Amino acid sequence: MSETVVQQPSFFQVKKGLFSWIFTLDHKRIGILYLYSIGFFFLVAAGLGILMRLELLNPGRDFIEAQTYNQVFTLHGVIMIFLFIIPSVPAVFGNFFLPIMLGTDDVAFPRLNLFSWWLYILGALFALSTLVFGDGPADTGWTFYAPYSVKTGTNVTTSVLAAFILGFSSILTGLNFIVTIHRLRTPGMGFNQMPLFAWALYATSWIQLLATPVIGITLLMIVAERVFGIGLFDPSIGGDPILYQHLFWIYSHPAVYIMALPAMGIVSEIIPTFAQRTIFGYKAIAYSSMAIAFVGYFVWGHHMFTSGMSGPAAIVFSIMTFFVAIPTAVKVFNWVATLYKGSIDIQVPLLFALAFIFNFLIGGLTGLVLGALAADVHVHDTYFVVGHFHYVMFGGAGFAFFGALHYWFPKMWGRMYNKKVANTAFALLFIGFNTTYFPMLILGLKGMPRRYYDYLPEFHDLNMLSTFGSWILVTGIIVMVINLFAGGIKGKKASANPWNGITLEWQTASPPPLHNFDKMPELPAGGPYNYPNAKNASH
Amino acid sequence: MNASNFVEGVDFSLYLILGISVFFLVGITAVMVYFLFRYRKKNNPVATNISHNYTLEIVWTVIPTILVIVMFWYGWTGYRPMLTAPKGALEIDAIGQMWKWTFEYPNGKSSDSLIVPVDEPVKLNLTSRDVLHALYIPAFRIKQDVVPGDEKMMWFTAQKKGTYDILCAEYCGQLHSYMLSTIKVVDRSEYDAWLETVPDTSNEHPGLTLMKKNACLSCHTQDGTRLVGPSFKGVMGMKETVLINGKEQEIVVDRDYLIQSIKDPNAAIVKSYQGGLMTPYANVLSDEEINAIIDYIETLK
Repeated sequence: MSETVVQQPSFFQVKKGLFSWIFTLDHKRIGILYLYSIGFFFLVAAGLGILMRLELLNPGRDFIEAQTYNQVFTLHGVIMIFLFIIPSVPAVFGNFFLPIMLGTDDVAFPRLNLFSWWLYILGALFALSTLVFGDGPADTGWTFYAPYSVKTGTNVTTSVLAAFILGFSSILTGLNFIVTIHRLRTPGMGFNQMPLFAWALYATSWIQLLATPVIGITLLMIVAERVFGIGLFDPSIGGDPILYQHLFWIYSHPAVYIMALPAMGIVSEIIPTFAQRTIFGYKAIAYSSMAIAFVGYFVWGHHMFTSGMSGPAAIVFSIMTFFVAIPTAVKVFNWVATLYKGSIDIQVPLLFALAFIFNFLIGGLTGLVLGALAADVHVHDTYFVVGHFHYVMFGGAGFAFFGALHYWFPKMWGRMYNKKVANTAFALLFIGFNTTYFPMLILGLKGMPRRYYDYLPEFHDLNMLSTFGSWILVTGIIVMVINLFAGGIKGKKASANPWNGITLEWQTASPPPLHNFDKMPELPAGGPYNYPNAKNASH
Repeated sequence: MNASNFVEGVDFSLYLILGISVFFLVGITAVMVYFLFRYRKKNNPVATNISHNYTLEIVWTVIPTILVIVMFWYGWTGYRPMLTAPKGALEIDAIGQMWKWTFEYPNGKSSDSLIVPVDEPVKLNLTSRDVLHALYIPAFRIKQDVVPGDEKMMWFTAQKKGTYDILCAEYCGQLHSYMLSTIKVVDRSEYDAWLETVPDTSNEHPGLTLMKKNACLSCHTQDGTRLVGPSFKGVMGMKETVLINGKEQEIVVDRDYLIQSIKDPNAAIVKSYQGGLMTPYANVLSDEEINAIIDYIETLK
C-alpha cells in the first residue's frame, strides 16, 4: 500500500489580490493581517518611545514642548498597550497556530475572527484620528486617570472610544479561542495532550472574555462625563476619582496577564523543541497558567497603595499579589529544568526564549518590590515602575513575540531568514533593551517620578545612559525587521520541520495548505512533547 | 540617623526583596547558562525525557511560598505605622493644585515650601483644588496621593536637619514635572521664629501677593511669554477671539471678562489655548480679592 499525498497549494497560493486578504476567512491569513497591522503599530509606538528618550537625554527642553511630550507618552502607551501588546501573540500566532496545533482546519467562528480584525482596524483609525483634529492626542497617560481626563481639552473622548472598540476585538478573539479549544481538538487530544501554547491561550482567552467588558463600561463612563457632564469620577461635579482607579485596574491588571500568559506559552513551546526532550512539569505549567489567570483578578488594588487605601484592603491586595508570584516562579523553574539533560541546539528562537526568562525574572522580581506595601510607597509612580513594566512587557512579552516570529517564520513563509544576522539582531536587542531599562530601575529607587518631561540634575547620568541604550535597541529592531523581510522574500526554502519539532504544526507543509493538513496529523505517543529519539528516564 | 522615621521600615522591606531577587536572578541565570553549554547537542547528542519530579516540584513551590509570605510581612510592618498619625502631631495643611504646592500652618501663615521642626511628628492634611497629585518626599520614603474632593493625610517625623525635595508623583498635566517644592527640617526654636515672621509684602501689590498664593503664575506670565494660559502683560483692553459654546467670538478684554475668566474660566477660552485646565476660583477668592488681582493686571502693560 503506497501512501501518495498530493501536495496542495499553500494558503498563500490559493487566491491572490487585496480582497482575498482583507475578506479572508482563513485563520492563517487573518493571523498575517494582524501581524502586519500590529507590526506597523509597534514600529510607530517604538518611534514615539525613541522621541521620548531623546527628549530626556538632557534636563530641560531638548527639542519638544512639555505638552507635546505628554501627548507622545500617552500615544506611545495607548498604541503599545491596546494596539500591540494585548492583541500581539494571541491575534497573530494564536490565530495562525492554534487551529494547526489542535489538528483542525480553522477556528470555531471564522467570520467572527475576520470581524475582530476589522474592529481592530476601526479602533486603530480612531486612535490615529486624534492626531489630526482639535487639540491633538490625549495628554492623560494611557491610564486616563480622572479627573484630569475629564477636564483636559485634548481628544480624550476619541482615544477612549478607540480603546473601547479594541476591547471588543479582544473579547471576540477570546471567545473564538475558548470555543475552538473546547470543540475542535483533533480526535484523541484531551486537554492534557494539548500543547502548552494552547493552554496559555485558553487561560488568556478567559481573561479577555471576562475582564474586558469592565474597561468597556469604565471608558464609556468617561465619555458620558466628558460629553454630557454626568458626574461619575470628577468630584467637582459629584464624582469619585478613586472609583475610576478601581474600575480601570479591575481590567487593566488582569490585562497584564493577557500580555504575559501567551508569551509564557511560546517559551513553553520553544524550549522543548530546541532541547529535543519533553517539557518538565507539563501539568504544573498548564495549571499554573490557569492559576495566574484566576488569582490575577484579585490583585488590582496594588496599583493604588498610595491612594489612601484602608489597611485591610492593602493587606489583601498585597498578599494576593505575592501569591501570583508562586505559579510564575514554578514556570520559570520548569523551563530551566527542561534544559537539563536536553540535547540543546542553540538557535535564535531559543536565545529569545532564554532572554525572555532573564528579562521576565527581573520584571517579576521587581514586581515583588511593588507588591510589598512599604517598599511600594517609595517606588510607586516612579521610574522603577516604568522599568518594571517594560521588563515584563517588552523584555518579556515583546521578546517572546520576537522569539515566536523566528520560531514559526519558516512554517509561515516556507523560507528561512539569515541566521547570522538574526543572532546579531538578537544581541543588539538584548544589550539595547537592558541598557535602556535597567537605569530606569535605579532612577526610580533614587526617587525620579514617572511621566516627567523634565528632571532634577541628579538624574541626568542615568537618563543619558538609558537614551544611549535606546539607540542600540532601535538598531536591533531595524536589523531584525530588515532581516525578516529579506528572509521572507528571498530566504532559503525551509523544510516542513526545520527545528525537528513534534507538535502538530511541524507535520504539515511550510507554508501550510489552505485546510492545514493534507492528511490527518498523528499525535505523538506519550504526550505532546515526548520526543521519540530521546531516552526515557526512570524516576 | 535616617531622614525620617519611615526610612528604616521601607528600606528594610526594599533591600530584603532586592537581596532575595538578586540571589534568584543570579542563581537561575547561572544554572540556565550552565545547562545550555553542558547539554549542548555536541556534548549530549541524545536527550533524556524527564517529565516531572514531584519532590523537586513540591520543594520549589514551598520555598517561594515561604519567601513571599516573609516579604509580605515586612512590607506590611513597614507600611502599617503610616496609616495612623500619632495624637498631638503638628498639623499642617498641604494644598496641591496645577502646578504648585502650598502649605498652611496652624497660625494661618502659608508658604510655598514646607518648614518643620526636627524630631516631632508632623501630620499633613492633603487636599487638591483640581486634579490628582501625589506628595512625594523621596528622602523620607513617603508618598500619598492628593485627591480632589477628599481629604487625605500623611505623617512623618523628620529626624535629620536639612533640606529635601518634594515632588509630585501623580501625573497632573502639562507642568507636572515642575510641581516641585522643598522641605526644610530645622530646630523647634528656628521653626517657631520662622512661624512668627510675616513675610514683608508691604512693597508688593496686594494683587500680586494673591496671585502668587493662588498659583496663577504657574500658567500665566507677567512678561508676555506664552505658557499654559495667556500672559497677563498688556491683556487688559486687548482684542481676542474666544470660544463661547464652541463658537468663535471677538471680544475686548475688560474687567467683566477677567472676572468671568477667574470665576468660570471655561465659559470663554481664548482661541489656541486649551480649555478645561483651569480651576474655577468662584469659591476660592472673594470679590474684593478678584478686584485686587485685576487691579494688578491693569498695571502690567
